[in-house]
Amino acid sequence: MTEALLDPLPGLILLPLAWGIAAFLLGPGRGAAPAIVTLSLQFLFCLQLTHQVLADGPATHPVGGWGAPLGIDLMADGLATAMLLLTQAVALPLAVYARAYFRPGAPEARHFWPLFGLLLAGLNGLFLSADLFNVYVTLELVGLAAVGLVAMGGGAGQIAAALRYLFATLLGSGAYLLGVALIYGSYGSVSITTLEPLVAAHAPTLVGLAGGLMLLGLMLKTALFPFHFWLPPAHGGAAAPVSALLSALVVKASFYLILRLWLGPLAPLSALHPLLPWLPALLGTAAIFWGSWKAIRALRLKMMIAYSTVAQLGYLFLIFPLLGALGGLQAGIMQAFAHGLAKAAMFAAAGVLIKATGQDTIAGLAGAAQKLPLTLFAFGLAGVTLMGLPPSAGFLAKWQLIEAALGQDCWLIALVALAGGLLAAVYVFRVLRQAFLLTAPESSLQPVPRSLEWAAFALASASVLLGLRGVELMQLLHVGWAG
Amino acid sequence: MSTGLLFALVGAALFPMGVAGLLVQRHLLRRILAFNLMGSGAFLILVGLAQRQDVADPVPQAMVLTGIVVAVAATALALALTRRLYALTGRLELPDVEHD
Amino acid sequence: MKKIAIQLAALVFALVLGSAMLDLDPAPVDLRPAVAAHLEASGVAHPVTAVLLNYRGYDTLLEVAVLLLALFAILAVIPDSQTGRPTPAAPVLQTLARLAVPLMLVTATFLLWAGAFRPGGAFQAGSVLAAALVLLHLTGLLAGWPQPGARLRWGLAAGFLVFLAVAAALLLQGHLLQYPPAWAGLLILCIEFALTLSLGLLLAGLFLFLSRDTEGAP
Repeated sequence: MTEALLDPLPGLILLPLAWGIAAFLLGPGRGAAPAIVTLSLQFLFCLQLTHQVLADGPATHPVGGWGAPLGIDLMADGLATAMLLLTQAVALPLAVYARAYFRPGAPEARHFWPLFGLLLAGLNGLFLSADLFNVYVTLELVGLAAVGLVAMGGGAGQIAAALRYLFATLLGSGAYLLGVALIYGSYGSVSITTLEPLVAAHAPTLVGLAGGLMLLGLMLKTALFPFHFWLPPAHGGAAAPVSALLSALVVKASFYLILRLWLGPLAPLSALHPLLPWLPALLGTAAIFWGSWKAIRALRLKMMIAYSTVAQLGYLFLIFPLLGALGGLQAGIMQAFAHGLAKAAMFAAAGVLIKATGQDTIAGLAGAAQKLPLTLFAFGLAGVTLMGLPPSAGFLAKWQLIEAALGQDCWLIALVALAGGLLAAVYVFRVLRQAFLLTAPESSLQPVPRSLEWAAFALASASVLLGLRGVELMQLLHVGWAG
Repeated sequence: MSTGLLFALVGAALFPMGVAGLLVQRHLLRRILAFNLMGSGAFLILVGLAQRQDVADPVPQAMVLTGIVVAVAATALALALTRRLYALTGRLELPDVEHD
Repeated sequence: MKKIAIQLAALVFALVLGSAMLDLDPAPVDLRPAVAAHLEASGVAHPVTAVLLNYRGYDTLLEVAVLLLALFAILAVIPDSQTGRPTPAAPVLQTLARLAVPLMLVTATFLLWAGAFRPGGAFQAGSVLAAALVLLHLTGLLAGWPQPGARLRWGLAAGFLVFLAVAAALLLQGHLLQYPPAWAGLLILCIEFALTLSLGLLLAGLFLFLSRDTEGAP
């Protein structure tokens, strides 16, 4: 087998870089077709990688042929492969959606495709990197691409949201970079594999500081309560395909890094005090209640969905006290999948509704269900996943979380997970109730391309159907699990 | 004390100054300057701490060069957005977060 | 109140960080011997350039992508219909600029060539090139740039494209960016040459694309 030619690790980074640049060279507003074709190829690469990882264990690729610590290693274990799968699975339908969403020649979409391509390259690079400094570069790639996408519309509100987001993301990556600097100073290496035994053997105060800085910086980038202030204006104000990308994928990237550090090089530090893992869980709990409350009170549809993201990110942090067993990690990643697919679907559906009704308030949705049944169905399915009803992936995630929590006598976490599901039901039904109101026939809706509706529906059904195929995903996470 | 360690200590002073500036200042240009102060602090620590025995180490030097280019890119984007905001609203401060 | 609390916290943090730096053992890993040992095979004689373009060349590839990204984001927010404000011509400055620019081109070429064995390289050379363009603009000899046409787009992307193409081509015979020692010097020189041109345009672009955006400003 011509393995070098088909090695998915470098391929998943080179391909999006290539189509991003190709889109720029083709000119403003162009590049949708190469993006969709190449994204399909990336998705196939991901499937190939999944088979490879399941069969042979973690895959590595030493860039430059040097190997760590001199060179940079790419590494794909079960966790990284799962995140790669989620990324391509969300990006491909969203690319189809975005192609129909931005009308040709729209000034606000001139540079969407190049920014999208480089964003994906950054995400894939981040998931694959086994080098803390290289991770910093990919973090900046992701952060700046996301800011550019938010600012793309060019309106005053969007520019202000983008600037607020930019300062937050720069502060976060600055703290992360300082952590990397302290770690290099202490150990002389930034390779994750080289560092793991070194930190376990000896960790001076400086490394504790470094770990704290990196985790705090990444929490800011993940918009964990109380660092969520930048997320609602950025995610709620951007164009629908952008909001979907940001909520589904970008915030998950920094969460993945927190997990990677927590389970990897920082594991000896996080085990220092038994109460330490409860800190992220506590913030996560606060995020669930605060985000849900704001979502229930929101007047604008996209603001409601953005605050729901704040709440749903909270679940991801509930798993930290449970990470002693694989079940905790499985619950977290299942939640990342469920939320990623469902939130992308929800923002996509919201984009259709906003295009059709011409405005963004929940009150203005009255009668939408009669005219756009498919979109409302997609919205409802995504809602089912967010609430955690069977057979959705959200149900599976909550089930695993509660099982892991009860197995380790953390019934408080189980209670929070249940309460969060009920709160999600309140804000989802608020939208559905309004949309199913019967209105007088004079309320006119603009026609929208069918492919928009179908892309939203595909994402929503994926978020539900994944609940039936969750076992394979869970198996994937066994690969490379050290605990 | 070695020169490298002195660099690192100066970095340790600059970084928190930059962070505080980023959090306290409202004027966007000041915040952009504060971000650069913060970045410079981190770069000084990256190079200085690794060379605290005063033997040159090319690896952190190359990393800092990469970091500087990234910081230039981020600064350029921040300045462009600031100009745009100024052109659109005539203000050089971010509006308060809307409570929706 | 909040301001004082933040400043106090920053002070405390600086003191804690500084004191933690003072009692630090020597690092257990030392990459210097490895950097020196493979310098022969890296294709360049200067260790920092070897790290930048060979050992950790992947970082540099992504770093150029970050610069391009910043440019894309800037192009995405500046409005389409702008009329460049003509810079008033100052004859003395223009003459000086006409004299300085050729010298800057020579300096950039020297920096590019020097990078192989002493401090210098594509980024330094590119910055000088960009500075020359900005100087021409500020003295009124070069207009601000509108949204780039096809030729300028290719120029902006060329360095990254060459880098990406080399990285991908080397993948066929081993690993990403794994230079064969015999070809390393030549390949790195090609990359650096293309990068210098593109970085000059990119860095100048960060300035020149914005200079037409004066709409609404008093």
